[in-house]
Amino acid sequence: MALDLEPPPTRHLTPLGTERQPGSIADGTFRAVALLSALMVLAVLGLILYSTTNQAWAAFEHEGISFLTSNSWYPSKLEFGALSLVWGTLLISLVALLIAVPISIGIALFITEVAPTRLRKPVVYVIDLLATIPSVVYGLWGLLVFAPAVLGSYQSLADTFSGVPVIGTLLDGTPVSARSFMTAGIILAIMVVPIITSISREVFATTPVAMKEASLALGATRWEMMRGSVLPHGRNGVVSAILIGLGRAIGETIAVVLVIGSVQNEITLHLFNAGDSMASVIVTQFGEAQGLHRSALIGLGVILFLVTVVVGIIARVFIARSDRRLGIPAR
Amino acid sequence: MTAVLPTLEPSRSRGIRKARSAFATVAIVGAFIVALVPLVLIIGYVISRGVSVLSNSFFNDDIAYSARAVSGGMKPAIIGTLLITGAATAMAVPLGILGGIWLNEYGTPRRLAGLIRFLADVMTGVPSIVMGLFVYTFLVLKTQETNAFFGAIALACLMLPVVIRTTEEMLRLVPLDQREASMALGSRKARTIMRVVMPASLPGIISGALLAVARAAGETAPLLFTIGFTFSANTSLFNGANTALPVQIFGNANSAFPAAQDRAWGAALTLIVIVFVFTILARIFSTLYVRKQRG
Repeated sequence: MALDLEPPPTRHLTPLGTERQPGSIADGTFRAVALLSALMVLAVLGLILYSTTNQAWAAFEHEGISFLTSNSWYPSKLEFGALSLVWGTLLISLVALLIAVPISIGIALFITEVAPTRLRKPVVYVIDLLATIPSVVYGLWGLLVFAPAVLGSYQSLADTFSGVPVIGTLLDGTPVSARSFMTAGIILAIMVVPIITSISREVFATTPVAMKEASLALGATRWEMMRGSVLPHGRNGVVSAILIGLGRAIGETIAVVLVIGSVQNEITLHLFNAGDSMASVIVTQFGEAQGLHRSALIGLGVILFLVTVVVGIIARVFIARSDRRLGIPAR
Repeated sequence: MTAVLPTLEPSRSRGIRKARSAFATVAIVGAFIVALVPLVLIIGYVISRGVSVLSNSFFNDDIAYSARAVSGGMKPAIIGTLLITGAATAMAVPLGILGGIWLNEYGTPRRLAGLIRFLADVMTGVPSIVMGLFVYTFLVLKTQETNAFFGAIALACLMLPVVIRTTEEMLRLVPLDQREASMALGSRKARTIMRVVMPASLPGIISGALLAVARAAGETAPLLFTIGFTFSANTSLFNGANTALPVQIFGNANSAFPAAQDRAWGAALTLIVIVFVFTILARIFSTLYVRKQRG
């Protein structure tokens, strides 16, 4: 869109003696102020990176690469190896996505393909409500209601599958308070569902009607139509939706800190064990942290910032690809 | 990538394929119901546990000094939340709208606009805890102070990219003819934007801004290290520490004392009501917008 329209030529028919046309200073000022506001994005992102890295530098220098590769987080001994925290973040994000992705794609298909037209809008509102609940309320509910309620099922799952390879390992652990990787993953899954759903449903909704009708005309059932036309059409969009959900899961702090249990230095596949994540350890330890310890916690923030920015960039690449595909019929 | 048309295996009977389709449909409906369960449970618990806590003193008393105490209200936190969210809105919404205007009205064909748009999208994904750490390192460490304003800056950083992008999206929907008509009548560009383009898209922009406010009001992590802590109401933006509902919920949820947990539920209900009010207002404005578009 060419919006840079020049003022029309009638402008020049101003009375003699008025060199400066009325409003030209205001016009230029407005443009400059608007540009400065837009540049705030660059300024803030730059400041975030500079200011946090500056404070984290002492810890980065102290630990070097072992900040990310060593598994010994002992602030009292001035050891800040955050591997177990990185692991915890990955583990709960993975659990969250494994639960949330199928459910979200299902809801998106429900909204675009299955639900009666009259129901679609209310369903969208209801799912969006999940996104408006503050994360601290998720944490409160997870800690005081959900965790006590599932403690028994955790124990029986652990008993049932003990000894079974893979699943037995995953569902092992000693569920004492149900504050665990598993609980954190489940709560995160609930929080990520509305994000993945809303992006997925938008790309599904752009599937050309002709493609869907062609499937049905060839005798496909409704599911075959979705699998053959809607899902392939939305693939890039769904990938970016999952990545944006992943970014959210990696950075989520308050809900996780309340239900993960705050145990460091444990790299385990046992989902019922208590653990910790990068974001949650910042909150639990920041209050008592001094000097190098505080610097290391800010360093975790820097890592979180960089990781979520990279995940966000990759997500945008997939969105751009998906946009390019929109409306382009299948070859 | 090519769309794979469904493989219709003639050997497989239509009955099996129909059954599969029915099964998939049930699973899809099931996915929606599975998502409904936690929503209903959470809202149900917050209302049932919260309502019994709400009382006159809950809204009018200072925060209890001891977690064990049965007394104590949330007045300072309610005031803090409104103050901090209000200040964040006052900073982020005008800046965001102006930024969105620049992106769509001035910057569109330029490279810089592409870069800013891209980074604004990326910025929406920056975790809120990082915003809190940023304001802590940038302002709290330098001034050795905590106050409502610092918390507001952290929230404003979260809101800014959201407001920029919704503003841009809404402006994009205004037909080019309207701008051309205004300019043909001799209006300058700034005047065209303020008198023609903005009024046409205002309800949509307000709706987007209100959703951003709702999200910001519920944020905890950006406030933990920036606003400090207080037991009594502080209406000053710049002087002295403050507190907010999400911070109180977080602190009380972690407590083992039933009275503290009750306060957490009461604060959670209050917060959810505040957030939902903004969300419903946003819906009203977006309905207005759709009506306006239809003419």
